[in-house]
Amino acid sequence: MIAFEVNGRPQSVDVSPDTPLLWVLRDTLNMTGTKYGCGIAACGCCTVHVNGEAVRSCVAPVSSVAGKKVTTIEGLSPDRSHPLQQAWIAEQAPQCGYCQSGQIMTAAAFLKKTPKPSPAQVDSAMSNNICRCGTAQRIRAAIIRAANMMPANGGAA
Amino acid sequence: MIAHLPEWPSRRSVLKTTAAAAAVLMIPVAVRAQDEKTAAGAGKKDVSPFLSWVRIDSAGKVTLLSSRSEMGQGISSALPMVLAEELGVDWKDIQVEQAPTNEKLFGSQGTGGSGSVTASWMPMRQAGAAARQMFIQAAAQKWGVNPADCTVKSAAVWNGGRSINYGELVEAASQLPVPDFSKVALKKPSDFEIIGTVVQRKDIPAKTDGSAQFGIDVRVPGMKYAMVERPAVFGAKVKSFDATAAKAIHGVVDVFEIPSVADVHSCGGVAVVADSTWIAMKARKALKIDWDLGPRASESSESLRKQFRRLVDTPQKVVLNQGDADSVISAAPQAKKVEADYELPFQAHACMEPMNCTVVFRGNGAEAWAPAQGPEWVQGVVAQIGGLKPEQVKVNITLMGGGFGRRYHADFAIEAAQIAKKLAGTPVQLIWSREDDMMHDFYRPASYHRVSGALDDEGKILAWKHRSTSTPIAEWWDPKAPPESSEMGCTLQMPYSMKNYKLEFAPADSGVPRAWWRSVEASFIGFVMESYMDELAHQAGADPLEFRMRHLDAARKVPNALKASDGIPLDCARMRGVLQLAADKAGWGKKLPAGEGLGIACHYSFNSYAANVAHVAVKDGKVRVVRIVSAVDIGTPVAPEGIRAQVESAVVYGLTAALKSQITIENGRSVETNFNKFACLRMDETPRMEVHIVPSELPPTGIGEPGLPPVAPAVMNAVFAATGKRIRRLPVMANDLKA
Repeated sequence: MIAFEVNGRPQSVDVSPDTPLLWVLRDTLNMTGTKYGCGIAACGCCTVHVNGEAVRSCVAPVSSVAGKKVTTIEGLSPDRSHPLQQAWIAEQAPQCGYCQSGQIMTAAAFLKKTPKPSPAQVDSAMSNNICRCGTAQRIRAAIIRAANMMPANGGAA
Repeated sequence: MIAHLPEWPSRRSVLKTTAAAAAVLMIPVAVRAQDEKTAAGAGKKDVSPFLSWVRIDSAGKVTLLSSRSEMGQGISSALPMVLAEELGVDWKDIQVEQAPTNEKLFGSQGTGGSGSVTASWMPMRQAGAAARQMFIQAAAQKWGVNPADCTVKSAAVWNGGRSINYGELVEAASQLPVPDFSKVALKKPSDFEIIGTVVQRKDIPAKTDGSAQFGIDVRVPGMKYAMVERPAVFGAKVKSFDATAAKAIHGVVDVFEIPSVADVHSCGGVAVVADSTWIAMKARKALKIDWDLGPRASESSESLRKQFRRLVDTPQKVVLNQGDADSVISAAPQAKKVEADYELPFQAHACMEPMNCTVVFRGNGAEAWAPAQGPEWVQGVVAQIGGLKPEQVKVNITLMGGGFGRRYHADFAIEAAQIAKKLAGTPVQLIWSREDDMMHDFYRPASYHRVSGALDDEGKILAWKHRSTSTPIAEWWDPKAPPESSEMGCTLQMPYSMKNYKLEFAPADSGVPRAWWRSVEASFIGFVMESYMDELAHQAGADPLEFRMRHLDAARKVPNALKASDGIPLDCARMRGVLQLAADKAGWGKKLPAGEGLGIACHYSFNSYAANVAHVAVKDGKVRVVRIVSAVDIGTPVAPEGIRAQVESAVVYGLTAALKSQITIENGRSVETNFNKFACLRMDETPRMEVHIVPSELPPTGIGEPGLPPVAPAVMNAVFAATGKRIRRLPVMANDLKA
């Protein structure tokens, strides 16, 4: 059994320790908000936070999160109140929506470290997330908008 | 979870129910013959006269049972906006439900060809107007007033200061005959209150918190997970396999071979069923398979390129011959001639959600959950595998993590059905890995084009000859049609005036699977036509915008040259309109620093007009696209913000294909297997994009695809303006621009 915390709740799973966290979340815990896109950490769809750091869950063995705190898109806020979620809606960022969980989780970890980013900093932080619908321009605007909504010390989540 | 629909009555009994059930008013959304012709999947037999249904209950709740699918294009908002406009309700109060798959009740339910709004525009308005008329009539009877003295607003009928809600009127209205749709009074465009407004899409909030359900998110109790090891080489087959090691892995349920199925071009392979996706992935790696590589194992992009060049070196089948381009070109002085070869590779769709499908066979039926653009095809293949009638298969269409044409196909559904059939009673989710998805796509065809032409002394086009070859889509999906039928696109509606014009085509022999990729053949035809137009402008010493305008006669409408009744004639005035709008907004003609340039291109596809001005900066052999200004004319803009999003999306998809991605074939298989090699445009490479929409009251045409074709040529024309170098082979490589 491997024990860790997901969105504030303790979980323990009986799976092979090499199982990527992604599949534990999706198949074992039925938390499907975190998406599979490439399996090689090349697209960012599967991004979650482990102890506050953005992690590509498709290549993170579940054994590596034992005893740690995992936050997924479902745990970012209880009611879509996170500034990024509000900004995502205001900018009408998603199209198909599939990559957006990973985009938002990548952005959330980034904003914690860089609460008032320049557009160039946003670009560099987000450039390893792929969106085939081409929503990067709106995502960039949403991140800047969210940063402006947040208190200067980094604020929420 | 997926919303489960109530059982829907048959078409005949629906009409009865409409009359009998007091509590529900049901209005069919009728398809007119001319709409169905432009709708995706047209030409199929047994097309229902109905597209969707509107249901209004005694609580006043309006439900639109939509036969079209949401794949991020915003259709779940645009269609209710059109309905609400005529019905007189708030569009946000209209509940959109995915229609059950029933070809008899709904006709073709395919979503594609940029056709959903186009096909639904008039029927949806007529349905809304018919219901409005019935509510007014019911209220007028109740009040004993003239229906002409009644109006509707906020889901109620009004007469002076009094009003009755639709919900209260449903019982009386449902007793009335449904009016003749062709005679119902529609609102004047100047009275539109919803159509053309900027709205917040309804599907977006659920896409910010992980609650949106895609096909891969379907969870059915007792479900197992499956993967299939397919032959890497196109056309290869399983000779034999050893599953001992795979079966020894804890959590593996079963391993067995599934055959290929020719009519959906599924390639067959060895299926692994397990307790989780990860176990299925691991067990698949443990399989030992001996492949019969088949006849295509030596094909490569280079061998195909040699074949392409050989084909364009000699005369090919004449598809169109107006005037005498051959003689005019050979007689023209060298200084007035231009000849150029253009080349475009295979492209993968690379939807972010890999192909997947969940199927269970139970009792004498089956249920499928599919992120699919073609629900009735899914239904058909599940029935085919199960030996069932289509009506015994319930298909639930989920949200799609990208479609772009890939999800029209039924290969992933038939594989899921093959596996679930073997495990009858157990729900099975088939998941494709990214590698599966990229190595077993139906790719955008590779193509090669030789264009030659001549100018007269006034700098006008005297002759234009386009000889092309490709791996035709028709050979795979419509083999009875001539191979060029899928490959010519807008070359058959040449917008530029000229007297001598010739088209030749030759199919190239290839085993690489191919089909419809976003904007289909327009994605390469647009590049060739607009790149060549730029080369002619340069040869004529003319400004590229002015040169295009010179050849666009505002009075001309261009029908399809082979079959005038095919599609809508291209209106050259509207093409001029988008060119001018894009040019004005982009500051066409402005001075730029050295190494920067502006390029322009336009294209007509899916009955829509699009133009782009690209601003690029080239440094150290690398192209940076600074800004793309787009202008589109798609008739009435129903949801302008959705239109802008679709054009931005097409621009990025087009830029990826122009600058970064391609599928290369070696040893009969795709070299690119994942996003590490199939590179996509990144945020730091994404230009500033602006989309401008030409105001119009014409019926709306498509926008999912038309923004794409003029992307690559605008960018490469800008590269020429910046560097004097022509990029004729996509994607552009760093070496192409090194000195």
